Amino acid sequence: MSQHRLGARPGEVIDRDQPVEFKWNGKTVRGFEGDTIASALAANGVRVFSRSFKYHRPRGILTATYHDPNVIVQVGEDPNVRGAHQRIEAGMDVRSQNTWPSLGFDVKTVNRLVGRFLSPGFYYKTFIRPQSLWPTYAKVLSRFAAGGDVDPNHAPANFDHRYAHVDVLVAGGGPAGMAAAIAAADGGASVMLVEEEHDLGGHLRYGNSQDLEDLRELKTSVMTRPNIEVLTDSVVSGRFDHNWVSVVQRTIGHVEERLIQARVGALVVAAGTLERPYVFEGNDLPGVMLSTAVRRLINLHAVKPGDRAVVMTSNELGDAAITDLESAGVDVTKVLDARQGETVVKVSGGRRVKTVADSSGNTHRADLLVMAAGWTTPTSLLNMAGDRPKYSPEAARYLPLQLPDNVMVTGGMAGSGSTNELVDHGSATGAEAARRTKGEEPQPVPKLRPGIQPELYRSSTHGFVDYSEDVTSKDLISAAREGYDSMELAKRYTTVGMGPVQGKVEAVNAVAIHGEAVDNSLLETATTTWRPPYAPIRLGTLAGRKYEPVRYSAIQDWHEAYGYTPILAGQWVRPDHYGDPAAEVNAVRNGVGIIDVSPLGKIDLRGTDVPRLLEFVYVNKWSRLDVGKVRYGVMCAEDGVIMDDGVTGRLADDHYMMTTTSSGAGSVWNWLDDWLQTGFPSWDVRMTAVTDGWTSINVAGPRSRELVSRLTDIDLHPGSFGYMEVRTGTVAGIPGCFVWRIGFTGELSYEIHSPANHGLELWEALLRAGHDLGVTPFGLEAQRIMRLEKGHFIVGQDTDGLSQAHGFGVDWAIKMDKPDFAGKPELRFQAEHGEYPRLVAIQTLDPEVVPDEACQIISETGGIIGRVTSSRMSPTLGRSIALAQVEHTSAAPGTRINIRLTDGKTVTASVLQQHAHFDPDGSRLRA
Amino acid sequence: MLLIQCPHCGDRNSDEFTFNGEIVPRPDADADPATWRRYLYMKSNGDGWQTERWFHVSGCRRFLRVERNLDTNEIRDVRDYGDPS
Repeated sequence: MSQHRLGARPGEVIDRDQPVEFKWNGKTVRGFEGDTIASALAANGVRVFSRSFKYHRPRGILTATYHDPNVIVQVGEDPNVRGAHQRIEAGMDVRSQNTWPSLGFDVKTVNRLVGRFLSPGFYYKTFIRPQSLWPTYAKVLSRFAAGGDVDPNHAPANFDHRYAHVDVLVAGGGPAGMAAAIAAADGGASVMLVEEEHDLGGHLRYGNSQDLEDLRELKTSVMTRPNIEVLTDSVVSGRFDHNWVSVVQRTIGHVEERLIQARVGALVVAAGTLERPYVFEGNDLPGVMLSTAVRRLINLHAVKPGDRAVVMTSNELGDAAITDLESAGVDVTKVLDARQGETVVKVSGGRRVKTVADSSGNTHRADLLVMAAGWTTPTSLLNMAGDRPKYSPEAARYLPLQLPDNVMVTGGMAGSGSTNELVDHGSATGAEAARRTKGEEPQPVPKLRPGIQPELYRSSTHGFVDYSEDVTSKDLISAAREGYDSMELAKRYTTVGMGPVQGKVEAVNAVAIHGEAVDNSLLETATTTWRPPYAPIRLGTLAGRKYEPVRYSAIQDWHEAYGYTPILAGQWVRPDHYGDPAAEVNAVRNGVGIIDVSPLGKIDLRGTDVPRLLEFVYVNKWSRLDVGKVRYGVMCAEDGVIMDDGVTGRLADDHYMMTTTSSGAGSVWNWLDDWLQTGFPSWDVRMTAVTDGWTSINVAGPRSRELVSRLTDIDLHPGSFGYMEVRTGTVAGIPGCFVWRIGFTGELSYEIHSPANHGLELWEALLRAGHDLGVTPFGLEAQRIMRLEKGHFIVGQDTDGLSQAHGFGVDWAIKMDKPDFAGKPELRFQAEHGEYPRLVAIQTLDPEVVPDEACQIISETGGIIGRVTSSRMSPTLGRSIALAQVEHTSAAPGTRINIRLTDGKTVTASVLQQHAHFDPDGSRLRA
Repeated sequence: MLLIQCPHCGDRNSDEFTFNGEIVPRPDADADPATWRRYLYMKSNGDGWQTERWFHVSGCRRFLRVERNLDTNEIRDVRDYGDPS
């Protein structure tokens, strides 16, 4: 056995029968099942675990908890793993971080030699000028930055989300938390008990035999209650409005991490206390540890933390550390009792503690300095619940002040006491929490004593306050002298509290020492805001599982069988093309093609007041639309921005069918509901969203009439079924279809809507019936090319969130003589001002150059005056065509504009008379 | 995540709703541009109690009047938009 591993300890969590081998910086080391990375390495005599962020000073175990700033390591491809929390696993590849070129010999220690210490703001002040050199500085400095290596080829992993609704959620599984969970469960509540460490127990885990006995009893009691769910290695990461609580569950096995979101009746915060370091010269040398750190190492992992110790104690738990050290065979050479005014002043040594100087002027030889300087309450969850905890000078820590009824606090965060007192308080709190979740009148819980703890923050010397960010007490004081006298500003200037442990170790020391310099006490110095998450959460956990539902039309199986290339359009999976979009265009322009346009939004409107609704939501006139007619309409939001466009037809006297863009189906439906419910509740309009109820197929091309006439008894003769008309009838034997004659492609076309369960049947019937006509299925890409040839804009592609209707070639539709419609007042304002951008059709002078969509249009002086919104090579015209938004001064027909291409070259284009590149008169679709 | 007591569906998470802001009466269509632009773009952004509009889009699809405290997010009254207050 290694000389650093102790004999069996009563509370040890290691399994000596299960040795585990892993790698530390390439070398194989051995620990036991249950060891953390830190304890296993400490048992192998490792004392230096990292190099500090700015000065590259050697650092060792400080807190031996999840929040240990000095034991953050790379494990395999995962950077920033908490080495004092993460348990070892066989074959783990653990490396130290931020130690280029090696942990033992670190060239960056030159930082220390050159500047001795870098003053706060050093980087800002030094590298700000000349600005032209910044890229060079950045390259060099980034080699010095902290953090591990991120593997860009990181294999995808599984993360999970879960929703839970529990009556009482207890954050913290120490004695008070366990007691609270038990009492709440006995009060009939469903309880979730969340513990950050690997097991329940809190400080009892590394306590004496009585503590271990108490722990066994409480734990048994928790485990035998079926209405308590225990989550270990999990952390309550945030508390949000109306008691919405997030929990990160870490060790689950089949997923990396799970985010639990819970709406809880009552949140009981029992997060205990964190021990904080004392600030003195050399307080970051390996071998300077918190009293709880040495107790954890000795009692949980049977690791001897050193050979010869000086202990500075100021409380009972510090005293207990002395007993533990002695039982572990550590020679406690000197005890400094801070309650008697004895403190440590300076620790010296190279790569670890060698001597300790005390306040009486004596120097002691030691390799371990143990400090018990006081407690920090991790009040994050209380702050998130709206509390402003108040500093108690007697207890030298913050205590809760005022909490909402559904958040309660117990344990070390509420005060101090013996295990029995903590358990009693926990029980009372848990029982009261269960009562409150039943809606009973809140009653106060008797308070715990605040506890007695001398205020110990800084010795007469200066040392490190923030170990993660290498911020010293001197930095904080000089920041205050430079004028950063508010803690919030000083934090940003010095970066204190902004490192990986986010203030848990250093925040109170920082406030106290900063307060020292600005001449006010902690009470007057506001603490910094605590924001969620309390502990780090992986981005994958927030994202959860990759789960994105998509929608398919009734013809999907056919598209797949036919070898389509899919494209995701909104939520819909659609055929982009079936191999050659240009050939599909030619087939439609010269013969006939069919396209599945089922995603088209469809809203069924019935009632006597439908015309009034249409008149209000569209900018154009709708009062006289005869049965059998369809009309194109544009909708604007109240700010005059184009919201959607589409065709609405009148199928019967009081029956209309509205179509919307595929992506606008939902928002138009909501928009109509909005007006019907909040604006005109008395109107007789019944609305049903029926997008999925109909399969929609557009039959387009000069021979479309011939094809459709083979399948229907509807009279398609142009004299009886004209352009922009609708007919109902049977198509391909399917009754109840409606057909409208419109043309997004610019060709003669019939859009057939059949009940969705007959969609595939209709599609196949069209293909059979049109076989001799060469009927060709075409996809979205061919349709987009043809609509661009015709100059039809697509809402959301050629328009954006600022596209006011007047600039988009639909002026003819805007009827300002209507008494009112959505957007009218703002459109009137726009019409009077007129300086909105315009949508124009453009053609490059070189017909071969197709500028990419979103290429910018540049003025003579190099300013941006617009952008290309749609562009394609037109198979019909054999040249490049585009739509673009330009400033009104460049919108006149014939204007030459310059487009900056993706490769940096410029191409000149000319503005057309009208939007259509092809068949501007529309003679083809009226055929 | 707020908890909203929908009068039709019961207690629901706010992500089932869309938030439409403070309820401000729509000016007359002929009101002067200044009035309209104030209505469209200027939000009072106050504190204390506000009556606002929420749309239960992933629930009953009803527009609701919600009284919410902008300091504490407390919600004290939720009713259908059409119900008299």
